[in-house]
Amino acid sequence: MRLSGALLPWLAAAALVVCAAGLVWGLVFAPRDWQQGDTVRIMYVHVPAAWWAMGGYMSLAVASFVSLVWRHPLADVAAVAIAPVGAVFTAICLATGSLWGKPMWGTWWVWDARLTSVLVLFFLYLGHIALTNAFDEPERAARPAAILALIGAVNVPIIKFSVDWWNTLHQPASVTRFDAPAVHVDILWPLLISGLGFGLAFAAIVLLRMRTVLIERRVRAILAARGLEGAGVSRPVPAA
Amino acid sequence: MSEFLAMGGYAAFVWPSYGIGVGGVALLALVSLRQWRAAKAELARLEAAGLSRRARLEDRR
Repeated sequence: MRLSGALLPWLAAAALVVCAAGLVWGLVFAPRDWQQGDTVRIMYVHVPAAWWAMGGYMSLAVASFVSLVWRHPLADVAAVAIAPVGAVFTAICLATGSLWGKPMWGTWWVWDARLTSVLVLFFLYLGHIALTNAFDEPERAARPAAILALIGAVNVPIIKFSVDWWNTLHQPASVTRFDAPAVHVDILWPLLISGLGFGLAFAAIVLLRMRTVLIERRVRAILAARGLEGAGVSRPVPAA
Repeated sequence: MSEFLAMGGYAAFVWPSYGIGVGGVALLALVSLRQWRAAKAELARLEAAGLSRRARLEDRR
């Protein structure tokens, strides 16, 4: 964690540069789609947000597993830090998907498998945040929150393969396929760069939030220790 | 330039998408930065008041 303090400014700067490169490329230089016109540019925001909404949930599930099995305290801190970031990325994915759906499908929203399973992902993140904040001592929330995260992990492959298993308005995967991507390099490159940028931003914000959670827990530990000395009642701390 | 801004007639969908994407991540980063600063300030305030776990141990000696 000490290393993360030195790493963080570089990670944030890299995220900024790579995001800017990917998004400007997508917005200005990438070709418009022969069918979808300029709305295809929404993809350079929508798809990276979706990738990291799901990738974030996978990392939340891994952190929860480590927290449950090995009781590593940092894993619990990581899970607490990841959930809000994942929720924001999922919200971006849903909002931009809606803005893309209206002109291309003629509707903001349909209750089909892909869209509904991503909405479920959003609620899983919100549930994790709510559960984490429902306990006075955050350490006691670790177990139930980790169990929720692991049960919810079933949803991630459902999102991924929803476009193959059910009829949906959403198009099937065109980049993350087992054979070669079905996208021209002029579109693929800015998409991958934007994806990398969003991933770096995700990692930077999670690291920052982990540092915050660690400091907050130290503050709580100090206050609790003082509180015990004061006959179980936490005394108001004099302002310095 | 105005052609670029018009986005082939889809400006009302393309620009808000970029606004939500960039704005959402930027807002989250700013809020997270403020929370980090607030937590650091709180810890510094406690330590300045002599309230650290180490100080408590030293009290007992």
